[in-house]
Amino acid sequence: MTQAEMQASATQSSYSVPSTRKWRDYFSFNSDHKVIGIQYLVTSFFFYLIGGVFATAMRTELATPESDFVNPEMYNNLLTLHGTIMIFLWIIPAGSGLANYLIPLMIGARDMAFPKLNALAFWMIPPAGLVLAGSLLIDAPQAGWTSYPPLSLVSGKVGEGIWIFSLLVLGTSSILGAINFLVTILKMRVPSMGLNDMPLFCWSMLSASGLILIGTPVLAGALILLAFDLLAGTAFFNPTGGGDPIVYQHMFWFYSHPAVYIMILPLFGALSEILPVHARKPIFGYRAIAYSSVAISFIGLIVWAHHMFTSGTPAWLRMFFMIFTMIIAVPTGIKIFGWLATVWGGKIALNSAMLFGLGMISVFVIGGISGVMVAAVPFDIHVHDTYFIVAHLHYVLFGGSVFGIYGALYHWFPKMTGRMMNERLGILHFVLTYMGMNLTFMPMHELGLIGMNRRIAVYNPEFQPLNILCTIGAFTLAISTIPFLINAGWSWIAGKPAGDNPWRGLTFEWQTSSPPPIENFDLLPVLNYGPYDYGSGIRFPGEEIEDEETNMEAPPGGFMPPSESRAGS
Amino acid sequence: MQGSTIDPAKTDLNYHHDGEAAAHHEEHPDHRLFGILVFLAAESMIFAGLFVAYLTFRVVQPVWPPEGSPELELLLPGINTLILISSSFVIHRGDTAVKQNNVAGLRLWFGLSALMGIIFLAGQVYEYSNLEFGLKSNLFASTFYVLTGFHGLHVLCGVGLIGAVLLRSFKKGHYSSQHHFGVEAAELYWHFVDVIWIILFFLLYLLH
Ligand SMILES: [Cu+2]
Repeated sequence: MTQAEMQASATQSSYSVPSTRKWRDYFSFNSDHKVIGIQYLVTSFFFYLIGGVFATAMRTELATPESDFVNPEMYNNLLTLHGTIMIFLWIIPAGSGLANYLIPLMIGARDMAFPKLNALAFWMIPPAGLVLAGSLLIDAPQAGWTSYPPLSLVSGKVGEGIWIFSLLVLGTSSILGAINFLVTILKMRVPSMGLNDMPLFCWSMLSASGLILIGTPVLAGALILLAFDLLAGTAFFNPTGGGDPIVYQHMFWFYSHPAVYIMILPLFGALSEILPVHARKPIFGYRAIAYSSVAISFIGLIVWAHHMFTSGTPAWLRMFFMIFTMIIAVPTGIKIFGWLATVWGGKIALNSAMLFGLGMISVFVIGGISGVMVAAVPFDIHVHDTYFIVAHLHYVLFGGSVFGIYGALYHWFPKMTGRMMNERLGILHFVLTYMGMNLTFMPMHELGLIGMNRRIAVYNPEFQPLNILCTIGAFTLAISTIPFLINAGWSWIAGKPAGDNPWRGLTFEWQTSSPPPIENFDLLPVLNYGPYDYGSGIRFPGEEIEDEETNMEAPPGGFMPPSESRAGS
Repeated sequence: MQGSTIDPAKTDLNYHHDGEAAAHHEEHPDHRLFGILVFLAAESMIFAGLFVAYLTFRVVQPVWPPEGSPELELLLPGINTLILISSSFVIHRGDTAVKQNNVAGLRLWFGLSALMGIIFLAGQVYEYSNLEFGLKSNLFASTFYVLTGFHGLHVLCGVGLIGAVLLRSFKKGHYSSQHHFGVEAAELYWHFVDVIWIILFFLLYLLH
């Protein structure tokens, strides 16, 4: 069977009735992984908008050196809530949303391993998030998303208590989600699918779930001790009572460094799905990309103290953490080269999904390079707590994760809703986001190098010109979400019908209807082709491959993955 | 639609919630035990984090235990430890019983385990009330109370799980040699609580 035939026959046999969900289902305790996935995505986007409003307010304040738009105390509230919301209520749950929607479809399962637990994990998020965001009306936390003691012990009990409570709930939700992902990926694949036949998104979620399960409980431990210090008056982290604040920093970063991989790995996975489909070429180095996710997870667990180079960490320890931090650039670089080689010589469809995918590579690399810079102890001591760090982390989290989420949304929106998104609005959205992102965060590198501290509402007037650039960029970013919201809302209701497989993808999720029926497949799909066998056709010799299945002629420089590095071989 | 093999009952959106769910589980192998193991692995990381924090406090403080910490009484906690360790063997006999379809044996051994857990908790409460230091006395006192208290909470959960198994065992045919996930889950959890206590006893009492 050719790919075209297989896709055509899959269309007949794998499903009967496209799911028609009532809108009420999305507001109920529903155990269908597709409903939960969309619940996660919409909820996290809602919190993204709230966090974005906070960020825009901060940038408005920073347009002038004086404190005129908000007072410094309010500024502290905003920066704390912005960081916490963007990490724990936007990027991490958005990754969980994609994972919930896609993992069972990609491995040919009818649902997650524990559907009710899955729903429970989701429903912990809205209350915790609303309490956290609502704390701005009563008494918001002020100690930053890191919440270091002793600062967090003296900056307001109510706000800090709310912060700890929300994080404990969100962490529990994250752990329950990860249990589901891990068990589902390991145990629920169709019989014909080995680990090395899985779409790369599953590999990246496997790695991210491992990190969640190992790291998040340690954060919970730190938060429990912090809560005792705050509310019961113990002194675990309070030096005046004989405690040690550095222990908190170690426990916090033992989770929060891996958290950056929890935030980026799902989108690395999504990118590995998007690129081959829209470049019509096999992924380059399947195993290299798959195993580098696992390598990132392992090394990511032993580099946390690179956030503590200025915390009195002994020199030999700093050396250890510096070297291992730099080593992480190797598996990450392997992925980057794998992706570049994948699109190299392919005939690229520059649609919104692909633009965000390629845009993600281009800006993430800048964040990766500044990451290696700040891994070096001497340089880090110079830029610690300056805007250089803010620039670096936004290049990886906005340029990496948020671009990845947008790319994934454009790519899988037709599957989730059965309708296409508008390409013109999508491209407008991309152009505004790309310009706004670079305009906002590129000048921050320079600001950090010339000595502007982060987390301050009032600054030296000599920094103002660059700050105005950042603020203009932030407004551009705020505006850029408008075409996206219009596009998503309008296309969901009245977009062009997508059909089952608008991108002619080979992974299982494209072999069922859009949106998929309640239990995904009537007949479980069989793995006839690897997930990325575009135009290679070597897996079943003698079979003809339809021309339209790959736009690729002979790629320059022989940039085809060697057969032994393909999926499943 | 032609060619459809879908079961109309399954298109009911809530079918996971009702009796269908049980039938549905027969279709694919049961992964719940594996899920429990993954959960316990994550749970053990909380304790690992707290243990390492405690050990770090010991190393970093110039004097350990901090001045004014009285010696801990070993007799009562020692007996408590023996009780908890033996309960792990007791609960396993309940598991063996249910695998031979002996539900009465299950009730006997699980009831005994729950009793031992309650005795352990009572012993801990008694110990707390006789200690000369309070939660805020010093860093050792704080870690002592938080670690043992957090573990005690887990013992309480374990007793609750065992109690739930006991209650369900009175439903006719709920547990059999083929269906006893609840029994195994409670037993696994109980072993976990037991192992954590052994580490805790070593760190807090013997290393003191
Ligand atoms: Cu880090």
